[in-house]
Amino acid sequence: MQTIDMDTTALRDLNAALQAQAEQTNQTAWEIVNPKGSHAIAVGLDAPIEVTVKGSTGYYCAGMNKQATVTVTGSAGPGVAENMMSGTVVIDGDASQYAGATGNGGTLVIKGNASSRCGISMKGIDIIVHGNVGHMSAFMAQSGNLVVCGDAGDALGDSIYEAQLFVRGSVKSLGADCIEKEMRPEHLELLADLLERGGCDAKPEEFKRYGSARQLYNFNIDNAY
Amino acid sequence: MCGIVGLFLKDRALEPQLGAMLTEMLITMTDRGPDSAGIAIYGDDDMDVSKLTVQSDTPDEAFATLQSDLAIALGGPVTLRRKDTHAVLDIPRGQIAPARAALMQIDDGLRLMSSGDTIEIYKEVGLPKDVADRFDLRSMGGTHGIGHTRMATESLVTTMGAHPFNTGPDQCLVHNGSLSNHNRLRRKLQRAGVHIETENDTEVGAAYITWRMQNGATLGEALESSLDDLDGFFTFVVGTKDGFGVVRDPIACKPAVMAETDQFVAFGSEYRALVGLPGIDTARVWEPEPATVYFWSHNAAPTQKAA
Repeated sequence: MQTIDMDTTALRDLNAALQAQAEQTNQTAWEIVNPKGSHAIAVGLDAPIEVTVKGSTGYYCAGMNKQATVTVTGSAGPGVAENMMSGTVVIDGDASQYAGATGNGGTLVIKGNASSRCGISMKGIDIIVHGNVGHMSAFMAQSGNLVVCGDAGDALGDSIYEAQLFVRGSVKSLGADCIEKEMRPEHLELLADLLERGGCDAKPEEFKRYGSARQLYNFNIDNAY
Repeated sequence: MCGIVGLFLKDRALEPQLGAMLTEMLITMTDRGPDSAGIAIYGDDDMDVSKLTVQSDTPDEAFATLQSDLAIALGGPVTLRRKDTHAVLDIPRGQIAPARAALMQIDDGLRLMSSGDTIEIYKEVGLPKDVADRFDLRSMGGTHGIGHTRMATESLVTTMGAHPFNTGPDQCLVHNGSLSNHNRLRRKLQRAGVHIETENDTEVGAAYITWRMQNGATLGEALESSLDDLDGFFTFVVGTKDGFGVVRDPIACKPAVMAETDQFVAFGSEYRALVGLPGIDTARVWEPEPATVYFWSHNAAPTQKAA
């Protein structure tokens, strides 16, 4: 276990050390202490290492992640796991706005609540939120899955493309072109897998599925150039 | 950008440290606003005294005989405490209006930073740590206070463009964001007779709240109607004589984090600003909801009213 104390190590040195880990590194377990809400902790990682941040983080924690597993034991600030490509990010507390934004792949698990714009423009990431999500979540979501075990705020899935949304609780309002959809056996199977990966004990049957009605301008082939 | 911090003490034992705690929070927010900084601090409520805080670019001359000049004009006791470019004038309770009129007669170059019974506002151009040092903010005690670090977008970096803005007796406003309809609203308010000094967007927001309250609205009602009448991005924190309030626009892209323990309620633009507070690791930490007005008061239970 490598421990890095942010009271005595500069952010750039911390990230350089983590980014230097190669595919076959034997330094697989890292612990970061005293994050104190710092920005851009553990960004741009590209190795199968496990990083635990003991405390709460500021903007853009674990952004652009590949392969690594990053756990934050506190809460995360805006833009956590932004543009993740692969790997896993787990937030034990709450996440601020635009968690998992533009994520291409990997898994983001938020054990508390996520704020507004969770999964905005997601492109393949799977996001599992144990609590609630705020307004404009999954705005323009292109692909991937967003699972919300609690409630969703206003304008869920506004202008959504092919991403799938699963919500157990209430949805305050659906955004433009987002509709409730039939939950078929393949969706229940997919959701069961997502819930297991997210460490949720919720039952797939308790959820409703939402997605695109494909009625907006851009879905009409006659509008193509 | 801009950074906001606020601290409301429940534990009276912490009151002597209010300035020191707020200063640390303010300096942490330097990255969000290095242009200028300001603080509104609420001190003891002496039943015989009201306070005016004034600023001058030439304080040596302006403050030389100000105490005696104002005492003569008011016909009552006045004391002056100078802090760098600012001076706090203690005047007989209830004499704010005549004192303001007298100040304009004595020296029309004086800028009024704040007026009320317990509020003092200090703000200047410069790095937050330098502003804090100039006013010796660390040494100040009080019941609650609000601070702001400014990254200017809508108007010049000047003393009068810095926050907080005094919106009425013992009230102030700080803002993170940018208002997009401030020019039109400024013209509307000026036609209604409201004095607005600068091209700054937040000053218009502050004047709007003052104007609404002069026309019978409570502060809560004024904040709620600001959600309809102000266009743009805002997280506002308002200070009142007995507490503070928070409201965010419906889009809520300007950040806000709150923390509460048995000892305090704190506001920060980022969690970073709160990490030095006692017991923060076990505090309840959350984000205020968009388009919702929150208040904490020493004299009433906390309120949260959906707008």
